[in-house]
Order: sequence, then structure tokens, then C-alpha cells
Amino acid sequence: MPLVSIRGLTVTYEGGEAAHKGRPLPALTETDLDIAAGERLAVIGESGSGKSTLALAIAGLLPASATIEGKIEWPGLRRGPAHGRDIGFVFQDPAASLDPVLTIGEQVAEVARTHLGLGWKEAYARAADLLGRVRLPDPRRALAAYPHQLSGGQKQRVCIAAAIAAGPKLLIADEATSALDTIVQAEIVTLLRRLTEEDGMTLLFISHDIALAAGLADRIAVFRHGRAVEIGPAAQVIEAPRHAYTRALLDAHIGLDAAPLVARTAGTAR
Amino acid sequence: MNGPLLSVEGLTKRFSRNGETVTAVDDVSFRIQPGETLALAGPSGSGKSTVARLVLRLIEPDAGTIAFEGNDWLALRGAALRAARARLQMVFQDPLAAFNPRATVARVLDDPLRIHAVAPRSKRPRRIAELLERVGLEPSLARRAIHEISGGQRQRVAIARAIATKPSLIVLDEAVSALDVSVRAQIVELLLDLQRKEKIAYLFIAHDLGLVRAVAHRVVLLDRGRIAEQGDARKIIDAPQSAIGKALVAAAPKLHRTGQGAP
Repeated sequence: MPLVSIRGLTVTYEGGEAAHKGRPLPALTETDLDIAAGERLAVIGESGSGKSTLALAIAGLLPASATIEGKIEWPGLRRGPAHGRDIGFVFQDPAASLDPVLTIGEQVAEVARTHLGLGWKEAYARAADLLGRVRLPDPRRALAAYPHQLSGGQKQRVCIAAAIAAGPKLLIADEATSALDTIVQAEIVTLLRRLTEEDGMTLLFISHDIALAAGLADRIAVFRHGRAVEIGPAAQVIEAPRHAYTRALLDAHIGLDAAPLVARTAGTAR
Repeated sequence: MNGPLLSVEGLTKRFSRNGETVTAVDDVSFRIQPGETLALAGPSGSGKSTVARLVLRLIEPDAGTIAFEGNDWLALRGAALRAARARLQMVFQDPLAAFNPRATVARVLDDPLRIHAVAPRSKRPRRIAELLERVGLEPSLARRAIHEISGGQRQRVAIARAIATKPSLIVLDEAVSALDVSVRAQIVELLLDLQRKEKIAYLFIAHDLGLVRAVAHRVVLLDRGRIAEQGDARKIIDAPQSAIGKALVAAAPKLHRTGQGAP
């Protein structure tokens, strides 16, 4: 039984990109997708693929002006999800996700207080544990720190701590490593893998980077123009892609083993 | 001109933040030959964008020298500086932030032609059309506003603006990092084509080591403002000697799981 079952999901934004005859083009079109409990599913796509719309729709975070057709069901929960408790969400820009005038401790503890009904003292103790789990150096001291005192990578660790504070079933990371440099990005990916393994959490990893997804996900769904063009086990999608667009994405990736595009010394190609 | 196109020696820049002095760029030296791509790579805060801003003279260094086309670049003033600026251009990561979004493409390209007196007014529309064609855009795009065109088209316009004054060096500060992969490949191909045909050198700032290895002749790896190692891009990225080089290579996303060494 999947944790989340999506059928015929179509999302249209008011004033979105106009199709012919003046009707706005859906950002997501008739999407079917099952997310298995405990799996790490990567959704890959370029600008306008609908990948972030899918994430927001699952989390119930679409703007009120969006038109939603189709169904999102939670058979794995046997009830509707409590947003914030059953679903944790990590956004691309950690600086914009944190309140600059509240301490780190307040922001993480508040989630535990709101969703788990803890008092402030217990909530702070839980926040300190969580900051340790996301490998923030000196978690006790970090409780009293403000966001501007942390690096970008540390801020994203705090956002992850807040996202998992209520013990969600599903963690959604929407381009959560895209604003970070390569080394910090790799650390955050390692952290997401460890947290989901330790807690049996389900991970929905939204990214434009198919190579990053290849190293983290059990399954990969490739989206283009609001539709899933290919969904399969990560190894199969990477090693034996079925769709031409997936192949094009893989070909466009310039890895450390890619053929050089310039001659070894400037000018020798002339 | 013989010798290097750009020669940077002992470049140092300090910033003070909350009464604390941070050395953002610490005794950095490198050279760029005509028609060569030198990449600057390193993690956030390693000083690569500060080096770019120093080379562009958007900020002044605390110590060090920069020679460009054989001249003392830091001593140039007035008309001589303006003339030299035509030869040293830039393309940044986000072209929307670099342009007035409501300006037309024609206006954006007319500015450098007028300011650097590249072409008289009567010849400029023709020259703008040629520039657009050169970067793979339809000349009819000239009438569109910057905010109406796609991110990839905008970056092509930024490149057209950079080449309008016939530069010998272009600083590319994460110029392809924000683009979709399929668009990125086309922009990279355009940059390499311009380099081959017009012998333009690039100072290529990027955090993506796969891309650096594919497009750069040489690389400078920066770590906390200092040079960790520099040399042939493929040699260094295939077998880094410095701690930061090894960390950057280990962290680069890899498509194939074999040998990934993930913890």
C-alpha cells in the first residue's frame, strides 16, 4: 500500500502561461504517481516541468488561486495528512525559510510544541536533539543563535531539523541543495539519506540535477512540460533510459569523465 | 602583443565585518594567455567572485598588481580606462539582475556600441542585428523587452553585449550555473565557438568541476582566499593534490554509482 497515491492530478495557475484560445496552460497535467512508504523518490526536471508544483500539491501548499483537479490520497496514513506534522518541507533558500529575529531554538522547538503538544522545556530539549541529529556543531549553543550567525549549509541543516521535528512520514526537499556549494550539497544529501534511513521516513527529492538524484534515490521520475515522461528504478533510468528526453538530460550532464570540449593548450585547435 | 594577456601578481583584498578583518583574497597570482580559458574554482567563500570583481576593477585591491594587455590595469584612469574596459568584459550568473528588465534587447546592445563609440548611430541597428545573429538569436528579438524573453535568450543577449566591444577577455562569473542543463550545453557551445573564432580568453568562474574540466585549459583552485593549486585543468581535476581539490572532486555528483564512495 503506497503512502501517497496520486491520480489524474492537474494543476493550473490563474494567470499562468497562456495556451491557445486564451486558456492558461496547466503546470501539471493528468499525473499518476504512487509514493511507496520508506522509499526515496527523486523527481527530476527543468524549468516549467511541474516538479515544484507536484511537491507543493502533495504538501497542500498551492496558492488558493490554483485550480486542482484529480486526487491525492494517503492510503498509508488511513486518514488525511496533518500538514507540518505528517509532511516536512525543505525549501531551496534556507535564509528565506527562517525568521531572522527568532533564535534557532525557538524555530525548531515551535514545531515540536505545535504538533507534538510539548511544553517549551521539552520542546527545547527535543530541538537540541534534532540539531545534533542534523550534525550542527555545538547544538546546545546553536539553540540561542540567530540565523544570520550561521552559514548557508548550517541554515539548511536547521531547516531540515525543523522539517523533521514532528516526526513526519514524508519529507519533501524541493531543490534543497541547489543554492549550496558542491561540498555542502554532498553533505546535505548524505544527511538526508541517513535521516530517512534511521527514521524509515519517505523522501521526495525534487531536483534539476539528475546526477545528484542518481546518488540518492531508489526511484527517479523524470518530468517535462507538466507530465511524467519516465518513472523507474534509479539504476534503470540512469543506465537504460527509455525516453528520449531522459537520454537528452543524461547526455547534457558534464561529469568528471566527460570528453573535453577544448584542446589541452589554448589555440592548438586552430 | 607578446606575453600573457592578463597577469595578476600578489592580489590581496581584505574586508572588515563587525570590526573583524577578513582576508577574502590572499596573495593570489595567475596569468591568462590570449585565447585561453582559465577557471577559478572553489567552495563558497573561497574568494573566486572577489577575484573576478578585482579583475574587473569593480573593487580595488589592498595589495598586488594586475597587468592587462601589457598595461598597468590598476593605474589606468579616464579615457584610457574606458578604452581598456571595452577589451575586458563580463557576463554574470543572473542576466535579469544585470539588465533593466523593461529595456528592450536593442537598447541593451546599443549602450556599449554608443558608449565605446564602436559604431556611429546610423550603423548601430545593423550591428545589433549582426550581434544577435552571432549569438544564435533572431534579429527580430531586438524589439522585445528583457523581461519577456527566456533565461537562455537573456544569457545570449548578455554575451552579445559582452562581445559588442570586441573584447580580448571576458569574465564569466557562474555565467551558465543557473541555466537548465539543455540550455547550458548550448550556451557553453556558443562560448567555445566565440573563443575559437575570435580568440577571446575567458576567466571562467564555476563551482561545477565537471564543467571546468571540459571547458577550461587551466584551473586555479581557491580555498579561503588562497591558491590551493593551479595548473592543467584535466591533470588537476583527475588527480588533485590539495585537500580542497580532493574534497571538491569527491563531492561532485556522479551519474554512475560505481566508485562513488558515498558514506
